[in-house]
Amino acid sequence: MMNIEEKTFNQDFQFQVPLAPKQTRLQAFWFLFKQNRLAIVGLFIFILFFCSALIGLFLTSGPEPIFDPAMIRLQEKLRPPLAKPNLDSLRPEEVPTLDFYLMGTDDLGRDVFARMLQGAWVSLTVGFVAVGIAVLIGIFMGGIAGYFGQYHIKIDHILLTFILVSGAGLVAVKLIHFGALLLLLGLGHILYSILTKKRSREKAVSSWSAFLSKNAVSVDTLIMRIVDIMLCFPSFFLILTVVALLPASIYNIMIVIGLTSWMGTTRFVRAEFLSLREQDFVAAVKALGVSNFRIIFRHMMPNAVAPVLVSATIGIATAILTEAGLSFLGFGVPPPHATWGNILSDGKRFIFDAPWLTFIPGIAILIVVLSFNLFGEGLRDTLNPRLRERH
Amino acid sequence: MTNDSLISIHDLKVYFRSNSEHARAVDGVSFEVRREETICLVGESGCGKTVSALSILGLIPTPPGEIAGGQILFADQNLLELNEADMQKIRGNHIAMVFQEPLTSLNPVFTIGDQIGEAISIHKKLEAEAVRENCIQLLTDVGISSPAQRLKDYPHQLSGGQRQRVMIAMALACDPDLIIADEPTTALDVTVQAQILQLFRSIQKIRSMSVLYITHDLGVVANIADRVYVMYAGIITEHGNTAQIFHDARHPYTQGLLASLPSRSKRGTRLHSIPGAVPNPAHKPGGCPFHPRCPYAIPTCSKEYPQMCDYGQGHLARCPVLFEGGG
Repeated sequence: MMNIEEKTFNQDFQFQVPLAPKQTRLQAFWFLFKQNRLAIVGLFIFILFFCSALIGLFLTSGPEPIFDPAMIRLQEKLRPPLAKPNLDSLRPEEVPTLDFYLMGTDDLGRDVFARMLQGAWVSLTVGFVAVGIAVLIGIFMGGIAGYFGQYHIKIDHILLTFILVSGAGLVAVKLIHFGALLLLLGLGHILYSILTKKRSREKAVSSWSAFLSKNAVSVDTLIMRIVDIMLCFPSFFLILTVVALLPASIYNIMIVIGLTSWMGTTRFVRAEFLSLREQDFVAAVKALGVSNFRIIFRHMMPNAVAPVLVSATIGIATAILTEAGLSFLGFGVPPPHATWGNILSDGKRFIFDAPWLTFIPGIAILIVVLSFNLFGEGLRDTLNPRLRERH
Repeated sequence: MTNDSLISIHDLKVYFRSNSEHARAVDGVSFEVRREETICLVGESGCGKTVSALSILGLIPTPPGEIAGGQILFADQNLLELNEADMQKIRGNHIAMVFQEPLTSLNPVFTIGDQIGEAISIHKKLEAEAVRENCIQLLTDVGISSPAQRLKDYPHQLSGGQRQRVMIAMALACDPDLIIADEPTTALDVTVQAQILQLFRSIQKIRSMSVLYITHDLGVVANIADRVYVMYAGIITEHGNTAQIFHDARHPYTQGLLASLPSRSKRGTRLHSIPGAVPNPAHKPGGCPFHPRCPYAIPTCSKEYPQMCDYGQGHLARCPVLFEGGG
């Protein structure tokens, strides 16, 4: 009897059942996410928008595009959606690919459907690239503020930065000799301090070097005050000013939107890092000899990415709106290229004669922005364990 | 057992600064770990055990903390003077650490295979396949069944004991000379604790390395230690081998600790306790820090800092009163 019991016990031990259900994080995530109907709708529209923008890029670009957004047919102007073209007045290459105007034509007789397809790609890239820039800056700044925040910037660091910046500035305004001297001075000092670097505990000797090594401001304070300053600017007007000064191009707009919208991400990442930094697993990987850089980007970032992902999704919607607003005001992508904003802007003069020119891009913007917001909120509800209980 | 020293700490002082207070968490601690032996650092919570261990690895956060003095000699170099890059080569490779909380010491977003693999590949250049085989070997060594399947598991799929085994596997990854174990069994239940202790003993024998085991549990100490250092309020109060400490304790604090252990012979009697509480490290009493709670205290105890008294055969206790009185 004893023997049998012992045997079964041993077998149990040998073939241990897994202690938790074999479910990956992705499966668990999807299970929760799909219960949120609106978020699923948002995700669906998001994928649809993504595909149509990609396909639209191929159909509307190249030397002989299938849908030509720039084809002007003055005799066919302001035709309503689904209207058949008057084949007698068109040359063969001017006939629309679908044999009818799916979304009508504008005041120059251009096919609105083709222009919408072209514009979708602009909106998509502006949204993703601008948010990509913002997220990269935000993660970097937030990571530094959260992980190295307690370190202090000393007065000699500030002086050094000042010397280097003014040196570069002088070189830029053609005072090359003086500027180069300052730059050399600064770089020489950096080289010297790297070469003589030691973990020394000696107290500073003279009062001057004591003043230089005085703690001026902590890294955390510095970065978060920069964030506060950036948040003080009304960003749309800042973007308007910058875009008015720079040559109009889609890349400038992406960069400017990205550079003015990283503050939220920085705050999220910093807040996550402040709590993650104290976690045992960070101390544990540190005790294994992992470098700080690797701890930040490989070990802590995946744990901090949830709120960033949510704010990025909603940020894409905001960036698309901002781009459309800029194009509507005439500061956006230069005219021959179609964007949803400038289709809207061109159409507003004919709003009573040809309402589709304003309604089609307007509704498209509405649907895309709404779907991104719904998807983002669904993500937030799923990724935030405290909100999970509600479903 | 050879007698050469692996790591020796001399007069280590670690202070923590807050706004106005100056907490002397570790106040002149000296000890050494020899090759292939198990050292226990025993003491109450807050007596500076963990801080001593963390400062060996240079993991004290330096704006609040401050290494105010001392030396940590390891392989002829003072670890306190190394820069961060050199310190990273020591950590994990020569000295590894196992932490107290296995539940939170693993990164929740990576599989344990990734985490053990990283511990290996940080210090060794190996092919992915070799790393995988190493991981499986390590998991087998620490007694995890079907290791190949476990590699793909996330930490939340393992039990506390299994997680602590994984932590030990990570610490063993680069075959370190010294493993610092900071109360590795405190968060585990007693049966698992016994298994983990058994594991430490067998690993230490097979791999012939040294273990610095930090604990407040005298039962654990009796179980695994070769030599014991007793700490109180940031100083070492007594040092000796396990038999000397348990059968011939010479410091009133050690005697008090041993007297407060429940045992079968004391059944039915009231359990002994040391009166008073551990002093706040920012406001330690002058002289011997134990004197307000000590039954043998005489007026000089509050004035003079006690010296180590030698009882022979490596047995040292920091109590001149008992040394002169009892001999």
